[in-house]
Amino acid sequence: MSLTREPAQELQLDPRLGDRVRVEDLGGGRQTMVMSMGPQHPSTHGVLRVVLTLDGETVVDAQPDIGYLHRNWEKIAEYMTYAMTVPFSDRNDYLAAITNELALVQAVEKLTGIDVPERAQILRIIFSELQRITSHLLWFGTFGLDLGAVTPFLHAFTAREYCYRLFEKATGARFLYGYLRIGGMRNDVPDGWIEDLLGFIDQLEREYWPGFMKLLVENEIFIRRTKGIGVLSREDAIAYAASGPVLRGSGVRYDVRKADNYLPYDRFEWDVPVGENGDVYDRAMVRMYEMLESAKIIRQAVKELPDGPVMAKVPRAIRPYGEVYHRVEGPRGEVGVYLVAAGDTNAYRARWRSPCFVNLQLLPLLARGHLVADLVAIIGSIDIVLGEVDR
Amino acid sequence: MPEWLVAALWAVLKASIALAFIGLNFIFLVWLERKVSARIQYRVGPYRVGKPHGWLQLFADAIKMFSKEDVMPAAADRWVWAAAPVVAFTPAVLLFVILPVGPNFGVQPDFNLGLLFLSAVSSFTLFGIFMAGWGSNNKYSLLGAMRAVAQLMAYEIPLVLAVLGVVMLAGSLSLQDIVEAQKDYWFVFPQFLGFIVFLIAAIAELNRTPFDLAEGESELVAGYFTEYSGIRWGMFMFAEYTNLFTMSAIAASLFFGGWNGPILPPVAWFLIKTYAFVLLAMWIRWTLPRIRIDQLLDLGWKFLVPVGLFNILITGLFLV
Repeated sequence: MSLTREPAQELQLDPRLGDRVRVEDLGGGRQTMVMSMGPQHPSTHGVLRVVLTLDGETVVDAQPDIGYLHRNWEKIAEYMTYAMTVPFSDRNDYLAAITNELALVQAVEKLTGIDVPERAQILRIIFSELQRITSHLLWFGTFGLDLGAVTPFLHAFTAREYCYRLFEKATGARFLYGYLRIGGMRNDVPDGWIEDLLGFIDQLEREYWPGFMKLLVENEIFIRRTKGIGVLSREDAIAYAASGPVLRGSGVRYDVRKADNYLPYDRFEWDVPVGENGDVYDRAMVRMYEMLESAKIIRQAVKELPDGPVMAKVPRAIRPYGEVYHRVEGPRGEVGVYLVAAGDTNAYRARWRSPCFVNLQLLPLLARGHLVADLVAIIGSIDIVLGEVDR
Repeated sequence: MPEWLVAALWAVLKASIALAFIGLNFIFLVWLERKVSARIQYRVGPYRVGKPHGWLQLFADAIKMFSKEDVMPAAADRWVWAAAPVVAFTPAVLLFVILPVGPNFGVQPDFNLGLLFLSAVSSFTLFGIFMAGWGSNNKYSLLGAMRAVAQLMAYEIPLVLAVLGVVMLAGSLSLQDIVEAQKDYWFVFPQFLGFIVFLIAAIAELNRTPFDLAEGESELVAGYFTEYSGIRWGMFMFAEYTNLFTMSAIAASLFFGGWNGPILPPVAWFLIKTYAFVLLAMWIRWTLPRIRIDQLLDLGWKFLVPVGLFNILITGLFLV
């Protein structure tokens, strides 16, 4: 049995990471260890690779290495007509397809000046908020897994399954819908769908949500694992252009739904939950309470749902001019679409502002000085979807 | 037949029965865990293989485990890596020696150093874990092994302290005597503090959630046994589940009167109480999140050790 190891300097490091990863001598025979976490790791939420520099189990540095899921949305969007790009946008943040579609569709509507019927507007609100709930449910489940609790994951999936049945009924698909059209929605919701939706909202508020709180969030171990971990200050959150629950967890009351009012959100009474300390716990709580707020919005929106068409009159071929940036509040933050249109059926240039990509930059800042176990909790609390990080 | 031959044959017979039981118990517990976790998670668990509740699944699992490819990492420390599962597995089996299954029934329940044997042998599993972590030459495994070593002291000392209270009451280290001393009342009542300490420390010793730091799936992939597959991996599982049974049996014997009980035969009482503890451990595992390594050390040193010592003090005063 040999108790010697190869010297750490001989490690072959990824040249793409260059000088960012070094083995440091800490003195007294101690050296940092470089560990590649991912792209195949149970808790990197897909294909994220984090190159960790560890001192024992303490994270000295964590560098995210992305690009494993790159599908070239921006270039392909230049070659497809606007309508064809909509289903492909679903695949960016595949856990929140509706808000992706919404960002693109509304950007094109802004360019062309198409007026969307009121019924479609309210339906868009309902679907966005339902999507937010499903996305946060999945976050809840996987965050439990990150902390070592397996059961919340399956409980969250039970609730999420309910949601996806609703989506399937209305759109025909469970996951990637292609439901929004430039100028409205592909089809109206079927008869009885609203009642089913309210049934779900009832069950979420009465049964699922309090159950989740009891099972995981109010647990002493959960609180100790998350409080004071990965603290993101207000200033840093703004400086790094964080958005969504990550930003609001740090106490910044900013929500694109309130700020831009891109859909008639101002008709409804709802709050923007914010945290105080900007730690993992606060980000988690913001997401938990956002579920309730979304439920509140859906309840009110259903009451105000007018009759009428769900599709505006749209010319067969859209050939707009000009440029536009449109943003919506996705479950993970500000989803933005920038389009340069040069009078053709497809965009001259398309750009996707991905909240996950921006939020992921925070990882080295948040992880430094914490343990590996905390790093996993921090990645979970940023709530990344690699499909959107890499686009 | 000469006397030594009779004794030897008798010993072989007992050992074979114990080993057969251990093997069956292992696959039963794996099936039970899958069923219990399924129940907790709104699922049904194994259902298709074997008619009532997928009972044949346990044999399917065992066959799969035996027939999987055995892969050794190229960079592994050959002998250490290969020996680790055996080293982890042996103490789990050895502990069956002291279990009092019924009055004067068991492999060697009146072993007069019983509890000393327990604390000595049960820590041996750690060598297996450490060898696996070191021998795999994998950083995740190494971190898992280091965690296991750091963890050991934090729970092993409270475990011994908790057991000491019982030993003081019973006046013996032999599990047989301890169970017999509980004819009238269970030791869990005078030793409630000790029981709490024992329960927490025992779950930590078993490396089960919330103390499954050494394997910590979401952090360390599979911790110390990341690089193992097939039957070698199976041996770690074997050790884990056998230890679960043994610890439950010891908890039942130390605090809940072991085989004492009305109407039913003693063996039945022993099994009922043991499996009740097994179910409790499974319930805990599928409910709680994982604790962090520094929090476990804090819990061990700052809570369990003082409480254990306090318990001994109280027990001492009570006896005087």
